[in-house]
Amino acid sequence: MKRTRLGEWGVLVLVWLSLVALFGMLAERFLSMATLTTVAGRLPGLAVVAAGMTLVIIAGGIDLSVGSVMALAGAVLGVAIVQGGWPLAAAIPMAILTGASAGLATGLLTVGLRIPSFLVTLGSLEICRGLTYAVSGSQTLFIGKVIRPLAQPIPLLGIPPTVPVALIVVIAAQAILSRTVFGRHLVAIGANEPAVRLAGINTAPPRVAVFVLSGALAGLAAVFASARLGSADPNAGAGLELAAIAAVVIGGTSLSGGTGSVVGSLLGVLVMATLEAGLAQLGASEPLKRIVTGGAIIAAVAADALRRRWEGPRC
Amino acid sequence: MSAGPVVLRAAGLSKAWSVPVLREVSLELEAGEVHVLMGSNGAGKSTLAAILGGLIRADAGAMTLGDLPYAPRSRAAAEGAGVVMVLQEMNLFPGMSLAENLFLDRLPSRFGVVDRASLHRRAGVALERVGLGDLPPRMPLSRLGVGQRQLVEIARALDRQCRVLILDEPTAALSAPESDLLFEHVRRLVREGVAVIYVTHRLDELPRIASRVSVLRDGRFVAEHRGGIVAPERLIEEMSGRPSPQGSAAASPPTGDIVLAVAGLERGSRVRGVSLEVRAGEVVGLAGLVGAGRTELLRAIFGADPAAAGSIRVGDGRAGLLRSPRQAVAAGIGMLPEDRRHDGLLLDQSMRVNALLLPGQPRARAGWIDRAAEWEAAEAIRTRVEIDCTSIEQPVGELSGGNQQKVVLGRWLAAGCRVLLCDEPTRGVDAAAKGTIHRLIREFVDRGGGVLLASGELAELRAVCDRVLVMAEGRIVAEFQPGWSDAAVTAAAFGSAGRDAVGAGDDTEQPGSTRR
Repeated sequence: MKRTRLGEWGVLVLVWLSLVALFGMLAERFLSMATLTTVAGRLPGLAVVAAGMTLVIIAGGIDLSVGSVMALAGAVLGVAIVQGGWPLAAAIPMAILTGASAGLATGLLTVGLRIPSFLVTLGSLEICRGLTYAVSGSQTLFIGKVIRPLAQPIPLLGIPPTVPVALIVVIAAQAILSRTVFGRHLVAIGANEPAVRLAGINTAPPRVAVFVLSGALAGLAAVFASARLGSADPNAGAGLELAAIAAVVIGGTSLSGGTGSVVGSLLGVLVMATLEAGLAQLGASEPLKRIVTGGAIIAAVAADALRRRWEGPRC
Repeated sequence: MSAGPVVLRAAGLSKAWSVPVLREVSLELEAGEVHVLMGSNGAGKSTLAAILGGLIRADAGAMTLGDLPYAPRSRAAAEGAGVVMVLQEMNLFPGMSLAENLFLDRLPSRFGVVDRASLHRRAGVALERVGLGDLPPRMPLSRLGVGQRQLVEIARALDRQCRVLILDEPTAALSAPESDLLFEHVRRLVREGVAVIYVTHRLDELPRIASRVSVLRDGRFVAEHRGGIVAPERLIEEMSGRPSPQGSAAASPPTGDIVLAVAGLERGSRVRGVSLEVRAGEVVGLAGLVGAGRTELLRAIFGADPAAAGSIRVGDGRAGLLRSPRQAVAAGIGMLPEDRRHDGLLLDQSMRVNALLLPGQPRARAGWIDRAAEWEAAEAIRTRVEIDCTSIEQPVGELSGGNQQKVVLGRWLAAGCRVLLCDEPTRGVDAAAKGTIHRLIREFVDRGGGVLLASGELAELRAVCDRVLVMAEGRIVAEFQPGWSDAAVTAAAFGSAGRDAVGAGDDTEQPGSTRR
């Protein structure tokens, strides 16, 4: 039996709906505009980072540097607006470009030196954090009102403009993955890189490009985060890479590469954000929240592994 | 050498994988003898050695060691009983020190802590024995070359109290002085009463070491010679089962233009100064023993492991080295790799994705795949190479070996390449698919393509090739026109006899000592 992508997504939607129902019964005020606003505020940043991470993981790599890259892009954004007096229309592309440059460096090192991306990004995680402190002078930069509208809920809808932007990014990333030659090559490289090379395909450009994309999306996440807080925190994004990887894995993407979907990762983000919001409303303590979230990640991966075994190995 | 008491006795050993490789083989090994096993590829030598050494278990038959029944469940069990095997493929740990590699399964310890002083002292003695005495025992194995690693593996075996020593092509990776040293030790052990099983492909080693030579063919012993002196022609006849070479038939005139010209190609020890030409309309076979360099040659031509020197020209193109498969494909070369599952296919992906895994495919507009065109192209390939699948969406991992190979073949036919390099194109493929693949290869050359096809199966070379080149030790040593005999090709592959065939390579080392 071949698993269909729609079936996989359906399972995740069901899990998410049952979480909503569960918290709706347990917590009085869960099914409210306030919850929607909270989840909608957190969601876009993680969703776009997870989208980039999905493509990287499908291509057989991993990007541990996304949190630091996001902080660095945020610092550049803050400095450009606060100290440089740049308009938003110039500062935002600058932030995204910063992230893309960091991704380019990662990609070139990974491909050029033939080092696993796990190790390259373990290093660039530290480097980007250091650069962030250098750029921001280790200070939180208060950007203020100019950027807030991006994160203000649109009246009646209860969601800020960042949400549709993130959705567009996810849909675009999914389309790139399943409909373009670039996406086809990412999947093929993740499945069996030597075979792709022996088919005469140059694997270097897509392998570099996927890290550029991941970096650029971390830059976009920095814009979202700065809009939500009205400031750029040099310590932002700590642990973001793990949250993104968790969402990707919950979304059904294989950590060994070659298979997965961006929409699945979005559903993974949704499940994690809902779980977090629900536990908060139930008054769960911070320790308990973390324990439950961790358990959920393991449960998701275990369920996936069991399903695979049940379907039987492919000879 | 005088015959000693029988140490190891095997009766009726049989083993089958998908086909029988050993058929009721019986063997008596005497103390103080070097019993050489010879045979062509797939004759069953290594399988027999592996059963004796406890690496695999026989399907049927029984063995006794001394007076006791002997049925080792593992290599360790065999070693415990005194049967030690030196593996052809080395079973060592590059990250560990020489000493640790030598004594991994019996590290000297005191209260659970490794006694390094004693370990290094004993390792020093063991290394000294194989002429590696000047290497520090704490040096990591990864610093040694292949030959020296083989000596470490041998040192590991020599250090054990053994009654039977099994050597499976131990000299394949050794230089001449290293081999001499090994022979000296083998002779010493033999004087001490150890029985040695020695698997080799090299006729020139027999007079130097053998006290008995047994010839395996198709899983059976077909001949036995006491003493190491046997005429090479006779051994070759016995190994191939055909009369001695009668010279080659008259050359048929060359057909089309040259589509592939390789000159002076060099890469390591497996591709040494290879020159060859393939003409349009021609399938050129590559024969040779395992390790002769056939796969390495094809990979060097294709740029998968780029050559160090030489030149390659496709059609009227520019002569030069191909540094990557991308350049090779752009020049018009395609390759069916030896291991299609690892190097050719994405097993979890559909036949459609796999068949169109090519530069410039599937057809796209500004990067976006034209899905209708893709379906059409995949269906066209499916029809053209007759792939038996439920639909083009079926994962190739679910297809039979033959259909998997057809997917890779179909890919290259769709790419419109002029030259196809085929490495064991029908290994693990059923008879029907094999016929189809052979027919498709012939059709490809009939339309003006050229094929270089490596195969260990002489019947396959006879069925599809217009002429056959024989490789040995990285060189092309002979060329045969249609009408060749198995014995002649086998003889050339063993680097002996069959000299009346046209020598494309010239300066192959002649095992003169085997000539009488």
